[in-house]
Amino acid sequence: MDKTDIELLEKIAGLHSIPEGSFNIRKNGERLAGNSTSEIEIVPKTDKSGIDVIVKAGVVNKSVHIPVILTAGNFHDTAYNDFYIGEGADVTIVAGCGIHNPAKGTAEHDGIHTFHLSKNSRVKYVERHYARGNGESRQVFDPVTTVYLDEGAYLEMDTTQMGGVTYTERKTYAEVGNGAKLIVKEKLFTENEEKAISDFCVVLKGKNSSADIVSRSVARDKSVQEFRSDMRGENECFGHVECDGILLDGARIISTPKIDAASPDASLVHEAAVGKIAGEQLVKLMSLGLTETEAEEAVIKGFLN
Amino acid sequence: MLELKQIYYSVPQKNSDKRKYILSDINLQFPDGTTTVITGHNGSGKSTLVKLLMGIEKPESGKILFNGEDVTDKNVTERAKEGFTIAFQQPVRFKGITVKNLIDMASKKNCCPKDACEFLSAVGLCAVDYIGRPVDDTLSGGELKRIELAVALAKGGSVFLLDEPEAGIDLWSFDELVKLFDALKDKTLIIVSHQNRILEAADRIIVLNSSEKPLCGTRDEILPQISSGEGYCCKIRNNN
Repeated sequence: MDKTDIELLEKIAGLHSIPEGSFNIRKNGERLAGNSTSEIEIVPKTDKSGIDVIVKAGVVNKSVHIPVILTAGNFHDTAYNDFYIGEGADVTIVAGCGIHNPAKGTAEHDGIHTFHLSKNSRVKYVERHYARGNGESRQVFDPVTTVYLDEGAYLEMDTTQMGGVTYTERKTYAEVGNGAKLIVKEKLFTENEEKAISDFCVVLKGKNSSADIVSRSVARDKSVQEFRSDMRGENECFGHVECDGILLDGARIISTPKIDAASPDASLVHEAAVGKIAGEQLVKLMSLGLTETEAEEAVIKGFLN
Repeated sequence: MLELKQIYYSVPQKNSDKRKYILSDINLQFPDGTTTVITGHNGSGKSTLVKLLMGIEKPESGKILFNGEDVTDKNVTERAKEGFTIAFQQPVRFKGITVKNLIDMASKKNCCPKDACEFLSAVGLCAVDYIGRPVDDTLSGGELKRIELAVALAKGGSVFLLDEPEAGIDLWSFDELVKLFDALKDKTLIIVSHQNRILEAADRIIVLNSSEKPLCGTRDEILPQISSGEGYCCKIRNNN
């Protein structure tokens, strides 16, 4: 690993060295390093590029790191990763991708992830996307995440896009079973002329299933963001979708909600608020001695915290 | 010494080209090391006066002098740096900013729980329970009001502007609130309030009335007038 690799890994996965236990580090489409344990097995796919992460039933308090780094310009990397979480397991999965694009062309990483959570299993999935180019290059992420939650399963997805990403289109599809719960905390930051699209489709299939999707985004300069959510309640269930956006400069945020109570026992809520930073928030922070610019930065930092 | 000289402030009137004067020809002095309570009927300009002192609003005309220096054109940030500190009547809520974040920003340092405890315990809150809490709608109005005061203490300064500090904190004993004022006795403390207990803690009292000049004097001069209805109550009646 060179200095750039280490910087990117620290930025996206908080890694300062090779992690312990199960992990898989992918660089420019190849496996750079990895380790598989009997509790969390990592098996490279043979038919296409990617890995299967198999967590045995009952494995608790373990984590697995699977970061991806892209340092080659004009490179399109697609990784097919499938996660099989055994019954009653409770693990943290730290993913994410960092792109350093020195070329004039496009560097793109598409993580095609499928989660299969068995009965009563719990997963916290943390994913950070970060990119840096040279002003003339394009950095692109088009992740597709599919989630199947069995009875009583719980998935918390914390996804963050930190900046430098020219274009992203994120698609998330989830089926939530009996008593299962899906929590999504999405944080998105765009600037310059970047564009980000986040598209959720959640089907609450099971009795007492629930989902809470919260997207917080900040768009500055001339960047554009689109948040689309489609939530369908097919049983006695509860679903909540929230899109909060802060607009700066000449940016634009489009939020399109759709909630479909296909069952009379479904309870679905959608909230969306997009606008500038509230004036009184800036005044409060300025009254502590911050300049207007510092106050703006503090509000954004807190909002995306 | 903080002084207001011939301050005028008006707002546009609805459906009219005319302006409504909230404050007219206000001349007031706030000596160092005194506690002044500003009272008056709703709409008499109490909060406006506090906002003018903090630099949040600008007067139409007149001057604000601080230790002889004209600070009228200084903005909020500049006044904050000069030592002006405000606790708002209706504290603002944020998304994601924690109590610790606000205390850190106010005190200009990375506070440890012990530092934060000094400010939070002064307003009756336990630092361990609150330091990591976001300052959002998960806090009750009373909690938010106490945090607002704790942040003002963390900031420090030489002029404290507390706009209705007792509002929403009914369960908190007034003795504790008065103790907090005592701790700020060596500062220029300006409190907007209607509460008798707070009026009794004042060195000086100002009764604002938008249609007349403010009534201004020591506590012993003004309190009897308010209690007997000669001053404050009469003015409220006159305004209705």
